[in-house]
Amino acid sequence: MTTLTDPPAESFKLSMLVYDTRYRAITFQILALLAFLTLIGWLINNTAQNLADLGKEPSFAFLYAPAGYDINQTLIAYNNQDPHIRAAFVGLLNTLLVAFLGCVTATILGVLVGVLRLSNNWLIARLMTVYVEMFRNVPVLMWIVLCMAILIESLPAPSAFRGDDATSSMALFDSVAVTNRGVYVPEPLFSRGLGDISVGGYFEISLDLIAFLVVLGGGIFVSRQIARRADAQQEATGVRPKTWYLRLGAVVVPLLVLMVALGFHLGLPELKGFNFQGGTYMRNSLIALWLALSLYTAAFIAENVRAGILAISKGQTEAAAALGLRPRRITSLVILPQALRVIIPPLISQYLNLTKNSSLAIAVGYMDITGTLMGITLNQTGRELETVLLGMLIYLTISLLISAVMNWYNSRVKLVER
Amino acid sequence: MKKSVFFGALTVAGLAAGAAAAATLDDVKARGKLNCGVATGVPGFAAPDAAGEWAGFDVAVCRAVAAAIFNDPKAVEFIPTTGKTRFTALASGEIDMLARNTTWTFSRDTDLKFDFVGVNYYDGQGFIVPKALGVSSAKELDGATVCIQTGTTTELNLADFFRINNISYEPVPIETNAEAQQQYLAGACDTYTTDASGLAATRSTFEAPGDHVILPEIISKEPLGPLVRHGDSEWGDIVRWTFNALVAAEEYGVTSANVAEMSSAPGDNPEVNRLLGTEGDLGAMIGLDAAWAKNAIAAVGNYGEIFEATIGESTPIGLARGLNAQYTNGGLLYAPPFR
Repeated sequence: MTTLTDPPAESFKLSMLVYDTRYRAITFQILALLAFLTLIGWLINNTAQNLADLGKEPSFAFLYAPAGYDINQTLIAYNNQDPHIRAAFVGLLNTLLVAFLGCVTATILGVLVGVLRLSNNWLIARLMTVYVEMFRNVPVLMWIVLCMAILIESLPAPSAFRGDDATSSMALFDSVAVTNRGVYVPEPLFSRGLGDISVGGYFEISLDLIAFLVVLGGGIFVSRQIARRADAQQEATGVRPKTWYLRLGAVVVPLLVLMVALGFHLGLPELKGFNFQGGTYMRNSLIALWLALSLYTAAFIAENVRAGILAISKGQTEAAAALGLRPRRITSLVILPQALRVIIPPLISQYLNLTKNSSLAIAVGYMDITGTLMGITLNQTGRELETVLLGMLIYLTISLLISAVMNWYNSRVKLVER
Repeated sequence: MKKSVFFGALTVAGLAAGAAAAATLDDVKARGKLNCGVATGVPGFAAPDAAGEWAGFDVAVCRAVAAAIFNDPKAVEFIPTTGKTRFTALASGEIDMLARNTTWTFSRDTDLKFDFVGVNYYDGQGFIVPKALGVSSAKELDGATVCIQTGTTTELNLADFFRINNISYEPVPIETNAEAQQQYLAGACDTYTTDASGLAATRSTFEAPGDHVILPEIISKEPLGPLVRHGDSEWGDIVRWTFNALVAAEEYGVTSANVAEMSSAPGDNPEVNRLLGTEGDLGAMIGLDAAWAKNAIAAVGNYGEIFEATIGESTPIGLARGLNAQYTNGGLLYAPPFR
């Protein structure tokens, strides 16, 4: 007869933390974490102590002192007596502007190049390969500087437009002036405008713009309703009614009515004094930065797009063709929906890269958040730590927001598996 | 990149602990050389010459201090700084002194915790324009595009000038002097503004300097001078009095050529004797040996010699002494007595 006894209850001993394989891994991880936190704590403490010794306790009060400097490109009203924080905000808007323009252009260009690189035309495919390899393998800073140098050196100065024997003239029926300081294009003006609305006293938004956007949104909504009805009719009868003129009219006619009602006209740039006046002025710092960032990032996006398309097996195209779909429909209904789920995640990284690369703006004198807050403000106030921390926080926020939006989009287009 | 800047700032601030605590002179002596912050390259003021040796008006101050401490004007490590990095470099202890056409202002002296030890060049902000523009006064620049170096007092003066005169302008911020020059020459800006001495230096490098004029308006006071960190007055004294020695040497006619002879035996001017260490013991009062001033003068010459050799009228920069003459000649240079 055998008796079963419980194994002796093991009491926990401290030495087991090292000798017992069940605990050892955790012990070392906790030790490593403690060491890491100590290091960080020491760095922060040391920094605070040293700043205190230098008599420079961290403080953000400087943000409310008058900035004293001017910024050339301001999307909201700003003058040099406004506080540093407003100058930083002007810079932030400039960062967002170039990031937005860059992302849109890079996407369009990238998709185009990515598709063309898969073209059956030998010359086009090779040209696209050369483009991709050239732009991805040279630091973006050099492209930015090169774009700027080309704009400055190759375009005429405003003085070339002056006098009776002017060597340059304005393009497109005297409406666009292309100079080495920037491009002046006609600006939309409203003789019976609705005025501006002030948002919390900080900045003003044009009511005309809001009205325009509302009417445009309404038009697009109606247009989609028409398309939906056409879909329903096609399913019921098999015949798709012609709706393109209805859909176009739904968008364009209300806009035209609004523009006439507001007294829309174009303000043309005109050479006055040293520079062109009137019109919308796109500085060549913006153009150079926008162009370089777009071209550079587009090379990466092109590769993502190519990878996405190549990930879909050729059998899918052939099967779709066998069902009688036309090439355009094969792309939009079969290939793209599947390719997008490969393309979107790396595309997010490219958007983030472009946004962060825009901090190289100071190379061409574009006043973004790095140029204002972490440039001139840092310099005039001597608050290195505070401005750099604030700048990092701002870039982090922008990046996280872009990620959030793109992840939401990704979850919408990803393949729903049943 | 942002992250590295942050950790860079942290480490720099961390390292500053040691630097700020100990006496700078002891650190410099232990290191065997002086770390001196200079500009990244302004002809005449601080630029490497054909042989790669740093030379210029600001560089001479560094060399004089090194000669006063080590009797060796070459015991200097020159650290090029931009308008943006200079103050961080000095505050963190990366450099012992900054001699980089830096304007002495109230907030830099107090809020940024620096000590300006003197003024080695009395300057003012001016404008350069192409002659073809037909502008004869800065007040005619309404609506002009102005190239301007960022991170300097220049952009604040500019904003003030245009605000006071109620005229508008379009600022084009530029990171370095070289880029500003490129944009200005290509006509991407109508005028370039910085300290008048810098404009003269820049103009000297143009292909056709005669096609450009510096406008008569000087819109600011720009006393440029060497500076050190707050909190180590002994070190500040050494830099201050080394510079004063160069100024006094010119006043009393001590030059690099005759300093050896004049310091070999006491002469009949007691001030000169005290300066050159043949009488009294001024060197010991600032922790240096008796021949400190003699060594500095022998190494770089007196103030007038430095001026003529680097930025004077016989050089391509071609600056007149103007305000920077001795007080005896109608200028502002006035060294306190050595006694």
